[in-house]
Amino acid sequence: METRFHSVADLEAYRRQLQAVRGPDRKIVSVCAGTGCRACGARGLAEVFREEIAKSNLEVELRVTGCQGFCERSPVVVVQPQSIFYQRVKAIDVPEILTETVEKGTAIQRLLYTDSDGRTYEREQDVPFYRHQTRSLLAFNGQIDPDSIDDYIAVGGYAALGKVLQERKPEEIVDLILRSGLRGRGGGGFPAGVKWQSCRKAHAADGIRYILCNGDEGDPGAFMDCALMEGNPHLVLEGMILGAFAIGFPGQPKGYIYVRNEYPLAVERLTRAIEQARRCGLLGKGILGTELDFDILINKGGGAFVCGESTALMASIEGFVGEPRAKHIHTAEQGLFDKPTNLNNVETWANVPLIISRGLEWFTSIGTGDVSKDPWGGSKGTKIFALVGKVNNTGLVEVPMGSTLRHIIWDVGGGPPPGKKFKAVQTGGPSGGCLPESLLDLPVDFDRLTEAGSMMGSGGMIVMDESTCMVDLARYFLHFLADESCGKCVSCREGLAQLCAIVDRICKGEGREGDLELLKDLSTTVQTASLCGLGQTAANPLLSTMRYFEEEYISHIHEHRCSAKVCKTLIRYVIDDSCDGCMACNAQCGTKAIQGGKKARHTIDDSLCTRCGVCMDVCKRNAIHVES
Amino acid sequence: MADEKCNVVEFKVQGQICQGTLGESLLSALRRHGFEVPSLCFHEAVSSYGACRLCLVEVKKGRRSKLTTSCNYPVQEGLEVQLDTDEVVRHRRIVLQLLLAAAPAAKAVRDLAARYGIEETPFVPRPEEDCIQCGLCIRICEAVGVNALGFAGRGVSKHATTPYEETSAACVGCGACADVCPTGCVKVVDADGFRTIERWHLKVPLTLCKTCGRGFAPEVHLTRMAGQAKLEIAHLANCPKCRGRAFAAEFRLP
Ligand SMILES: Cc1cc2nc3c(=O)[nH]c(=O)nc-3n(C[C@H](O)[C@H](O)[C@H](O)COP(=O)(O)O)c2cc1C
Ligand code: FES
Repeated sequence: METRFHSVADLEAYRRQLQAVRGPDRKIVSVCAGTGCRACGARGLAEVFREEIAKSNLEVELRVTGCQGFCERSPVVVVQPQSIFYQRVKAIDVPEILTETVEKGTAIQRLLYTDSDGRTYEREQDVPFYRHQTRSLLAFNGQIDPDSIDDYIAVGGYAALGKVLQERKPEEIVDLILRSGLRGRGGGGFPAGVKWQSCRKAHAADGIRYILCNGDEGDPGAFMDCALMEGNPHLVLEGMILGAFAIGFPGQPKGYIYVRNEYPLAVERLTRAIEQARRCGLLGKGILGTELDFDILINKGGGAFVCGESTALMASIEGFVGEPRAKHIHTAEQGLFDKPTNLNNVETWANVPLIISRGLEWFTSIGTGDVSKDPWGGSKGTKIFALVGKVNNTGLVEVPMGSTLRHIIWDVGGGPPPGKKFKAVQTGGPSGGCLPESLLDLPVDFDRLTEAGSMMGSGGMIVMDESTCMVDLARYFLHFLADESCGKCVSCREGLAQLCAIVDRICKGEGREGDLELLKDLSTTVQTASLCGLGQTAANPLLSTMRYFEEEYISHIHEHRCSAKVCKTLIRYVIDDSCDGCMACNAQCGTKAIQGGKKARHTIDDSLCTRCGVCMDVCKRNAIHVES
Repeated sequence: MADEKCNVVEFKVQGQICQGTLGESLLSALRRHGFEVPSLCFHEAVSSYGACRLCLVEVKKGRRSKLTTSCNYPVQEGLEVQLDTDEVVRHRRIVLQLLLAAAPAAKAVRDLAARYGIEETPFVPRPEEDCIQCGLCIRICEAVGVNALGFAGRGVSKHATTPYEETSAACVGCGACADVCPTGCVKVVDADGFRTIERWHLKVPLTLCKTCGRGFAPEVHLTRMAGQAKLEIAHLANCPKCRGRAFAAEFRLP
């Protein structure tokens, strides 16, 4: 039920009413329908739950939620009040879950999570993947149906807004955010309070200030902003409304959320949340009966990676091509439609209500450094990472700033899969850097990562094992960025294309004497001379792999060897003595590169071989190897 | 000191005190004071774009100094500017090597590179190319109010062109794009009563001068000008040369 709140007291009364009926013993089946779980059939699963619950006489609430994080084990289901955690749940498991777990409270062993040592865990909070995290932002995802504003209000939603509107002045909120040391989660790590302050101070002739949310999330493999927008849209809205008050009140603050077009569900959820908030008097004219007027519009992005860059994003909202411009005049003074503008990332906004409701001390107790005098003095709060690659527990991971890579990859992530050896971790998305084993104890915060030649970025984290070639990896990211460069400035457009050309030839075994120096010199120019953040950071994957894995570049150039056995022109497929001439590979080879008749040992004609690897896949005796 | 009323700001270039007006680009101010800064994508007539990266300078503001392009950097009170520092020159040389690979057929690029002692590029060249995608043609076309051109594509595929790479209905063949093109890659050819700009897929008939009979401007261009100036098209029937002569004749004594 939705009511219009004419005052903060209205909202609080409604919250008490909701909480009264939602006791801690309430039975709830919460089905994750985040990106990963949806891909594994969570929607169908939720439907089966709905039907079966309807058929039964059980008094149980079905809650279909946003991403709960443990995507590796999709689809996941949590049964309350016991918090029993089930993974890889199928439709046929549903009746049993209802009778055994919901009704009787007993856990079904086969659906519980078992770690690689064979230990089984019953409660969600005991599963190592969750136990080793500090989930303050993501914790709500499992407790909320994103389409229900009631769910959000019941867990304390909009309380921060009520408190602020009742008791605080805008300047105090700016000051609070400044002293909290909250730094931007979208990549740059710029202190949010500093930005808010300059935007508040900037001259606004007509009182209009734009409050923007960056939900473009262009990094391949990243989905933390997606999980927040889809799983808890009101948290983002509340952050923005608080920002509108702090930055733009009194005056005419106006809001936009820029969401990438590839996130239709996020658009749908945000749209619904905005409509609910308007009907409840939390957006629009006279919010909660105060003088604050603020509304939010959604702008769908065009899909270019560079549109996530602040000035390109603003150009795109204005209807122009998403091309960055120089920021010598700050967007805080002249941004969207030339008005003072404050842009923050989804996760940055999501932190704001928590800082206000839980307090400065709570927030600054998490993380690194000392921000009491200087907001650049540390990295505070938690950060969400999208942990993917060669690691047991892939998914969304929220940990305190300053957690070590080892903690994230081993304690939370469960380490590399059996038989695999850790080689490197790429942090910060496509323009981040690759860090080797020797840096696993590095505390992950904005400044340590930058010093190590990588960056926080938006929180991508890709774990790699021995089967990844570092030169090939650099090549992959360089090509991504060269293709996504808007092409405006020469150093970025031409510079990246030439970096690609050089690394391409190294991967082909055609690297030249002096190529490493040329790569370094050109990288420095691309970083220094380029106009926007894309070019300025694009050489990171290259420079960090050259810094930590230089020997791989040298062996590619001088020995024409790829030790990870990835670069196609540098590897050969060979058949050893154990071949019994079964003809399986022979029959599969698309280019007829395999010679040798029945029962005779086969050989591969290297000049015909395309290195597709099919022969190796079909060989039952493991007689085929890759050499470099 | 700065004179606030006139919006004049003072700054230093290699120690020498210079003045600029608020909102003026640093590059313009530098050139006005006689300093030489290379550029290919800048033109006083249109807004700065910052594409060629050649106008790099070192700017110190307060205690922080950084490299920046000067064309899109607004002059400010108290700046300290250094022009050809080792670092600036090092990056400029690499940018020139990149340009030399990107558009080796452009003489302006080769000449500028030669001034920095660069005859060859270590990078993979695109031998036929003569356009550097500076976007001046697009910006001048916008400035004259025609808007027939724009960029298409991203990364190295980015290129200045007409909508859908077809003849633009808006283009009047005025040739302003060719006038500002730094590399001469936009070519305007008047022949056999037609103006052709092959780069923009344009071929339009020329108006023949009422007096000398030479084709001198595209009909569509003259129609547009007459409309803008609220003139009868008959006023534009003569080519500029003949118009000048006719005008001069009025003053000649018999
Ligand atoms: C090429 C490029 C892409 C970017 N993409 C994103 C993005 O997808 N999401 C985002 O929040 N910030 C992105 N940023 C960072 C934004 O420019 C901006 O710094 C950020 O949204 C500001 O919010 P914050 O201070 O809260 O991080 C990108 C920057 C660059 C240079
Ligand atoms: S003149 Fe400044 S970038 Fe081209």
